[in-house]
Amino acid sequence: MAAGIYLNVAVSGLLTGLVYGLMALGLSVIFGVVRVVNFAHGEMTTIAMYIAIVLFGAFKLDPLLMMVPVAAVLFGFGYVMQAGIINPFISRPEHSQFILLVAIAIIIVNVLLIVFGPDARSVQTSYAYDSFMIGPLIVDATKVYAGLATVLVAAALFAFFRYTLVGKAIRACADNYTGALVVGLDVKRLYALTFGLGAACVGAAGSMLALLVDATPALGPTYTLLAFIIVITGGLGSMPGALLGGVLIGLTEAMAGLFFTPSAKSMFSFGLLVLVLLFRPQGILGKRLT
Amino acid sequence: MIAWLIEGVPRRGLVALAVLLGALLVAPWLANDYLVTVLIIILYFAYTGQAWNVMMGFAGQLSLGHAIYVGLGAYAAAALYVHYGIGPWIGLAAAIVIAMLCGAIIGFLAFRFGVGGVYFAILTIAFAEFARIGFDHFQWVGGSSGFFLPVANYSRSDLWNLRGSPTMFYYVMLVLTAAAFVLCHALLKSRIGYYWQAIREDEAAARSLGINTFRYKMYAVVISAGMTAVAGVFFAFYYNNLFPEQIFHISRSIELILGPIIGGIGTLFGPIIGAFLLTGLSEAMQELLARRGFDVPGAKQVFYGVCLLLVVMVLPDGVWPWLARRLGLKRQQS
Repeated sequence: MAAGIYLNVAVSGLLTGLVYGLMALGLSVIFGVVRVVNFAHGEMTTIAMYIAIVLFGAFKLDPLLMMVPVAAVLFGFGYVMQAGIINPFISRPEHSQFILLVAIAIIIVNVLLIVFGPDARSVQTSYAYDSFMIGPLIVDATKVYAGLATVLVAAALFAFFRYTLVGKAIRACADNYTGALVVGLDVKRLYALTFGLGAACVGAAGSMLALLVDATPALGPTYTLLAFIIVITGGLGSMPGALLGGVLIGLTEAMAGLFFTPSAKSMFSFGLLVLVLLFRPQGILGKRLT
Repeated sequence: MIAWLIEGVPRRGLVALAVLLGALLVAPWLANDYLVTVLIIILYFAYTGQAWNVMMGFAGQLSLGHAIYVGLGAYAAAALYVHYGIGPWIGLAAAIVIAMLCGAIIGFLAFRFGVGGVYFAILTIAFAEFARIGFDHFQWVGGSSGFFLPVANYSRSDLWNLRGSPTMFYYVMLVLTAAAFVLCHALLKSRIGYYWQAIREDEAAARSLGINTFRYKMYAVVISAGMTAVAGVFFAFYYNNLFPEQIFHISRSIELILGPIIGGIGTLFGPIIGAFLLTGLSEAMQELLARRGFDVPGAKQVFYGVCLLLVVMVLPDGVWPWLARRLGLKRQQS
């Protein structure tokens, strides 16, 4: 039985980690192409969570199905943000970009605070307490659906970058900015598109997180940090790395919560991050740093 | 020494500086208690901004986790005072040493293993967050339920134990800010300052000229950490309460670096101007919203964020370089 508990916690941590991984995938895609670190990433995630919660509260729409529309809304948000605000900052120094995104993050957190108040909100679906039993294993149905959906979204994104012309063009911008300009790519528009895609990942992940976590406006900065940890552990700019990092961090936190105390769990993620930065700064699946 | 310090500074700059210092010296007689507390906050941010600027503005190493040095300094001095009755001025020495050690560890790990840029920034966040959660579980100094200093009796100012009226704290902070200003000016004019600027502009080129970049980056981190810890000691004795969730939180680190970035990174006046602008703006906003009876939590921060956004979009180098050009205070190019 004791082993069963560990296995249960591990699987649950793994599935939650996948969803975190999808959120971090957005950060990784944005950094990998636009070379801007999105310090408002967690805040954008909370926007998606609140959209899902409002849609559920008003029309009883299931967040799992709403994943696509929410992702579309966030895509628009990200596209406009990059095209309107961030593009002029592309060639500015890092600290300038940092202040810009921190300002956006502050605005998002506090607008959410004004609109929704500081109290935690959640979604109660009809299947919230369902679970699957596989031998000694008991898994939350919600987490299984969310994990599966994550894999689907990530696969779609991989396919987009791998096989479509636009995806290839975006990868060309990431590989060689000047080269992309020379062959006539509209880099600014592709950057906006990329930021939109990253934001769409956030939208899908946030929609699912609304099922798993109670939303508060203060969750934003926490998720920004979480996304950083995941992405750097897995390798900044690497897409499979983000998912792997998510799973690793999910597992680490679940296990730390079980063995020590849940309030100390993120200490272990930070510990893992420091180790990775020291011994493999490019992350587990990252490319060599130049 | 003084001649060396003011060499090359335009006359108008010296006059402006003297006027500013004079105004700050007499301020407590002219201002009410509320204004004095606001001025203390402004000077606090001017000081910490100056300390951070040594690392980022001079040596080009972006730290987003400076709250760790404030927190370590605050907890070190407070713990010595509460547990052993050791006064703040001796505690200050311990605080500086501890923060410098911590800075040395972070710097050593990062620079030895070639962690730079964004990765270095995130490493500093990670250490600060690690400290935050660590102190949450550190029961000797109260853990997450906070650590409290015996509250002062305001009847008499006791400078030796840092217990007294806001006016005393104001002058302590003013002396610290002025000292930090002079120290940074001296550093910038010395060999070490030129090495830092070389590293900031082009590290590979600096190394090829024979500068030991590892050593000078270490100096930057250690000096910056030690200076920041002093502010932590002040924080502990001024507020008399410490919570890991507050003092180590990432928003503290961000708050601390907004001033110098808005004011003008790498400049001596930037942190001071930035502190005046940001704190002044935030207090004015509070006042304005309260008068309008518009008391919604978060409204102030939204305006704050919008102002930040506008400043960084319109004045990418910060306010001070622009202001200095306007006032004709720009130092002659040598």
